[in-house]
Amino acid sequence: MSTSARVAPVVRERRGLREYPLTQLVMVRFLEFWREPEAVFWVFIFPILLAAGLGIAFRQRAPEVVKVGVLMSDEHAGVISDAVAHDSRLEVVPLDDSAGMHALRTGRIALFVVPRAERTVEYRYDDTRPDARNARLLVDDAIQRAGGRRDVATARDRHVREPGARYIDFVIPGLLAMNLMGSGIWGVGFTIVEARRKKLLKRLVATPMSRSQYLASFILARLAMLVLEVGGLLGFGIWVFGVPARGSVGTIVMVTLTAALAFSAIGLLVASRVRTMEGASGLMNLVMLPMWIFSGVFFSASNFPNAAQPFIQALPLTAAADALRATLLEGASLGSLAGELGILGAWLLVAFAAALALFRWR
Amino acid sequence: MTTAAAALAVRALHKRYGDVVAVDGLDLEVRPGECFGLLGPNGAGKTTTIEICEGLLEATSGEVEVLGRRWASDERELRQLLGIQLQETQLAEKLTVRETVRLFRSFYERGREPDEVIALVQLEEKTRARVGSLSGGQKQRLALACALVGDPQLLFLDEPTTGLDPQARRQLWELIGELRAGGRTIVLTTHYMEEAERLCDRVAIVDHGRAIALGTPRTLVQSLGADHVVEFALGDAPIDAERLSRLEGVRSVRSNNGSWSLTVAELHVALPAILAEVERRGATLAELRTHSATLDDVFVSLTGRRLREGA
Repeated sequence: MSTSARVAPVVRERRGLREYPLTQLVMVRFLEFWREPEAVFWVFIFPILLAAGLGIAFRQRAPEVVKVGVLMSDEHAGVISDAVAHDSRLEVVPLDDSAGMHALRTGRIALFVVPRAERTVEYRYDDTRPDARNARLLVDDAIQRAGGRRDVATARDRHVREPGARYIDFVIPGLLAMNLMGSGIWGVGFTIVEARRKKLLKRLVATPMSRSQYLASFILARLAMLVLEVGGLLGFGIWVFGVPARGSVGTIVMVTLTAALAFSAIGLLVASRVRTMEGASGLMNLVMLPMWIFSGVFFSASNFPNAAQPFIQALPLTAAADALRATLLEGASLGSLAGELGILGAWLLVAFAAALALFRWR
Repeated sequence: MTTAAAALAVRALHKRYGDVVAVDGLDLEVRPGECFGLLGPNGAGKTTTIEICEGLLEATSGEVEVLGRRWASDERELRQLLGIQLQETQLAEKLTVRETVRLFRSFYERGREPDEVIALVQLEEKTRARVGSLSGGQKQRLALACALVGDPQLLFLDEPTTGLDPQARRQLWELIGELRAGGRTIVLTTHYMEEAERLCDRVAIVDHGRAIALGTPRTLVQSLGADHVVEFALGDAPIDAERLSRLEGVRSVRSNNGSWSLTVAELHVALPAILAEVERRGATLAELRTHSATLDDVFVSLTGRRLREGA
């Protein structure tokens, strides 16, 4: 064997943990991610901004005051207008006939009250609009009571406003699932395709690097990032909007972990052969588009026809969003989520096995 | 030198891509401690050959033995022993020089300290700089550092200076020269004859997937039987090649569209004779150049083409 003189003595040190290839590979993943400000924005900041926007748009308001127009030409109008104004849920807008009809058509008032004679009144409104029907009931009640009607039964009101049933509660777990999908598929996929395009993959397989450690580094880095990603969005939802987190921490961790692994494996599969960024981008959109549409991130997937449900339920994003909703909003236990976790686990195994078989290193 | 002791032995190597033959029966033997060059024009099959030797491509047929081992059975061991620089690898731009070398160091069981290798390739000042901010020459030296950090027994360099400016190329030549002086076995490919002449102990000239000549740069040039080349162009009147070749000291004559290229043994004797012949024919010289014979002239004499067309 060749025993040529070496330039310098061979260094054979006891390695610290930081010098192990897997540690180095995971560290490199982190460094590359953090040094890409755009990636940090889309993964961490954008979902929070989106949640904030949706939360504000669909926030719960104080019970709305209904505007009611009253025709002021008649001498009985003063009495009627006083009676209606007595109810704090109603606001009287004095109007003449043409202005009143115009306000009704444009929706500025829900109901137009036209006094006809003493103790006779005409209600003009659109009976297909719930708020208009509601206004008619309230106004009629106010006028009848002012006229001396007595209630025969005693009624008491108790207001129940429960967190968990609002739109923001529905959408936060959906956004969480969508974020897990996006960063899994984009984060893993683009980095690998980029490395292949730049021949960095080929250079790496020319070293003694273990190929499975290389792939594992993506998944490990994803899991570590998960803590920040999920923590950030969920923490924001809980803190700012009071979204409930009724499930146990263990269940929430299990669900997000399984979902993140499944989406990372799908990212590996998508990136397993593509050579160009354009190809990767197209393929990723093809994979994610059906899930963006059907998986019920922004509205319930049950709105789609029954015939499509088996397909929709088999999508990993549907499983992830449903499982997150069940545990956060209803406090579902791990056992009751077996179906969703099973679907995610199946995606994980199938996608990972296919990725390993198809992966092109050069 | 017996085959068993060769650092790299290649026998009857063939590589076909469909109908295209990239390597067509190539034989090589690289001795421990030498710097061996594969010199040839683009598309000669150099990169295919070196990548088969590096275990990155499968040969269609033929045998490759690296440090006495074979890729099929000893890949794990071989990967630890080789240092490889590929053509056109782009290392991760967001990492620093040290982070990159450290990553590569972690793959090897034994090797050198990252900082030591960075100093060796003269990138100390760039240790904390991002790879994306390096110049072409600096990137190429970083690639060399990544190839050296596992303290390889055999170093493969595929076109190490292609695309670099002359200054960066000279700096890299100095580095490779130092490695060679340190006794490291190196196999490199190049299409620059100056590079092969300057760096290599022995050179194989490769064309159309075959080694068409093998030897030290000196013996290859000597094989021309002439140590100078006279090139001239005539403005008008024709000249007789037959008469030129019979002049004293002239070994060979080539002409192409009124440009003449003669290899000559004794410039001081041949040149006056050539000029006299030109004058006798009443022709006027449009151009006259002489240079010492190079590997490029060897390539021309073997193939009729230049290493770099248009160069």
